[in-house]
Amino acid sequence: MDRPGDDRHPCALGPMDPLRWSPSPCTSRPPSPRTPPCEMLGHVGIEAVLEQLKIKAMKMGFEFNIMVVGQSGLGKSTMVNTLFKSKMWKSTLPGLGVPMPQTLQLQSVTHIIEENGVKLKLTVTDTPGFGDQINNDKCWDPILGYINGQYERYLQEEILITRQRHIPDTRVHCCVYFVPPTGHCLRPLDIEFLQRLCRTVNVVPVIARADSLTIEEREAFRRRIQHDLRAHCIEVYPQKCFDEDINDRILNSKIRDRIPFAVVGADQEHLVNGRCVLGRKTKWGIIEVENMAHCEFPLLRDLLIRSHLQDLKDITHNVHYENYRVFRLNQSHALPRGPGWVNLAPAPADLTATPGPWKVRWQAHDSSDEEC
Amino acid sequence: MAVAVGRPSNEELRNLSLSGHVGFDSLPDQLVNKSTSQGFCFNILCVGETGIGKSTLMDTLFNTKFESDPATHNEPGVRLKARSYELQESNVRLKLTIVDTVGFGDQINKDDSYKPIVEYIDAQFEAYLQEELKIKRSLFNYHDTRVHACLYFIAPTGHSLKSLDLVTMKKLDSKVNIIPIIAKADTIAKNELHKFKSKIMSELVSNGVQIYQFPTDEETVAEINATMSVHLPFSVVGSTEEVKIGNKMAKARQYPWGVVQVENENHCDFVKLREMLIRVNMEDLREQTHSRHYELYRRCKLEEMGFKDTDPDSKPFSLQETYEAKRNEFLGELQKKEEEMRQMFVMRVKEKEAELKEAEKELHEKFDLLKRTHQEEKKKVEDKKKELEEEVNNFQKKKAAAQLLQSQAQQSGAQQTKKDKDKKNFFFM
Repeated sequence: MDRPGDDRHPCALGPMDPLRWSPSPCTSRPPSPRTPPCEMLGHVGIEAVLEQLKIKAMKMGFEFNIMVVGQSGLGKSTMVNTLFKSKMWKSTLPGLGVPMPQTLQLQSVTHIIEENGVKLKLTVTDTPGFGDQINNDKCWDPILGYINGQYERYLQEEILITRQRHIPDTRVHCCVYFVPPTGHCLRPLDIEFLQRLCRTVNVVPVIARADSLTIEEREAFRRRIQHDLRAHCIEVYPQKCFDEDINDRILNSKIRDRIPFAVVGADQEHLVNGRCVLGRKTKWGIIEVENMAHCEFPLLRDLLIRSHLQDLKDITHNVHYENYRVFRLNQSHALPRGPGWVNLAPAPADLTATPGPWKVRWQAHDSSDEEC
Repeated sequence: MAVAVGRPSNEELRNLSLSGHVGFDSLPDQLVNKSTSQGFCFNILCVGETGIGKSTLMDTLFNTKFESDPATHNEPGVRLKARSYELQESNVRLKLTIVDTVGFGDQINKDDSYKPIVEYIDAQFEAYLQEELKIKRSLFNYHDTRVHACLYFIAPTGHSLKSLDLVTMKKLDSKVNIIPIIAKADTIAKNELHKFKSKIMSELVSNGVQIYQFPTDEETVAEINATMSVHLPFSVVGSTEEVKIGNKMAKARQYPWGVVQVENENHCDFVKLREMLIRVNMEDLREQTHSRHYELYRRCKLEEMGFKDTDPDSKPFSLQETYEAKRNEFLGELQKKEEEMRQMFVMRVKEKEAELKEAEKELHEKFDLLKRTHQEEKKKVEDKKKELEEEVNNFQKKKAAAQLLQSQAQQSGAQQTKKDKDKKNFFFM
């Protein structure tokens, strides 16, 4: 099978719990006094455990939940289709008698896709109506409510006495935020939204419809956005504080340097130089989606799918979910109600209370974040 | 702002076909890479009599020399000794913990022999449960000490299982994956071995002991697991010494009548044990421990503490009454205690006040008394002083008078003398 750009990054390393049912292998904790490294005289076969792990994982299947947020017309549905090379959504074409949704509605669609024996249950959540109203105040509340609602679901399952073997994971692992290509800087709506969401979920901002910007404009826009993000202390994925070691940091720094990616989505194929490529056909040329010279879609795809998918899930499970859990458990010591070993206070009607800045695994920022 | 989430139910999940290579087939590799960087934990519990060959077998299995001194037979009870080792093979780091039962089967009264073992296993589950129930927890960092596999060493009598074995295995089968093995299998002849094995298995079945079943639901391993299960319990021979066989060095035990090769499948089932334990099912053993044995422990423990998922009428409910009642009771008790303490405090204060008042009064009285005494004394002194002064006055008067008299007398005397003298002089004239 043709693998365009098979530049697979060495996977980001990080402590995690691979799958809910498989307890995490231990990390380099200071060993008990008598853990001398033993020299083995000959092959035992321990490395077969990796194969076993793989087989188990493939049998179990994987889950991934992604959410796309942005104003209408920025190409969210098309982007999702391009990312997963299938018709997840029908690309919404405006002006065909479909009225603009008056309120923010979240739509989820779930598909099972399979590639080379690997089954992935993919859930994509769309947010039509975001930022489309005249007054967009608090338009992030339903989104936060949805995300927290998924954490709540998982928590409810986890505290039961008799639990399922594998708790279905509906938590949002990644939120892709589409920034309109104004070319200037982040708008107040963007900043508000990003500030709130970065504390609850992994956010990957992208510059949508980047074909309306030239390469230089893109770079300038990107730098300004990065500056804005730093100025408002918004930590987007990959977060600096979760870099495990020097390899991680180097790898992620390269990625952080290019965030937000300037992407173009397309789900139609055209003939270019005898090859069939996905692209957008315009009067002045064909913009190839997978061509690094034209747009940075391959980077986004590699980040989300090929190299950091497991990492996204881990950070969601180990950090965001844990923060939510701490927050809810602290609320609950006063009131008993609900099944399980702890009696959770009834979930607040609007689950928009964000737990606050990361309390888990917080490392010091380096000084470059402090410039304002 | 209204939120409508359109979410299809599970039945509507459809498989979507991809029109190109997306790239998520690297997911298992991503998963495995993460696990590799952290290393794996594996904990083996060896249960068997002293001297049956537990340490030697471990050395042979992992191809290394774990340092340990052979135990004595004088242990007063069974105790568990756990030791951790870090092994590395290519890029896989394994943190291996071997738990030994020291003194098992040595006592005269073996009623309680199984208890320390069960306690140890439960203690590991408890530690994990505690970590899981914490508010701020770090499960991904947790050093898992739960026992993943229990190798039960059966003595090669050739007859049947001892009652101690049956009792111990029965107690352990719901807590840990038991793999029974026949130790020192080179002391049993081949035909006896077959009979011995079937006897053991039938005894286990008839006593309802649940030993670990090698998983047969996975096509890749089903076949090998099925063929191996037939040979349970594995008859093993352990040896770390190498003997020259043909032109190779192999692990073996040398007897005057021949050489028993450890890795020769005709001689013993060591290779099968190694395959099953390490190369094929290590991950499954860990998973069973976590999802079956640990969950069972957790459920029992939480139910013991009074938590429930549903009430007897199976309405989804939670520990309301018990918890509320307990809580109210507790609060009531607290209040009562507080009242009591307050009362006591008030009483004490009163008492002390009274005491102090008493003391004060006494002091006042004393003071008055003293004052009076002082006054009296003063008066006395004054009186005496007056008297003294009077006396002094008198004395002075007397003195003055006496002096006057004396001076008069002197004067008159002098006059008299003068007169006398004059007279004398007169006479003489």
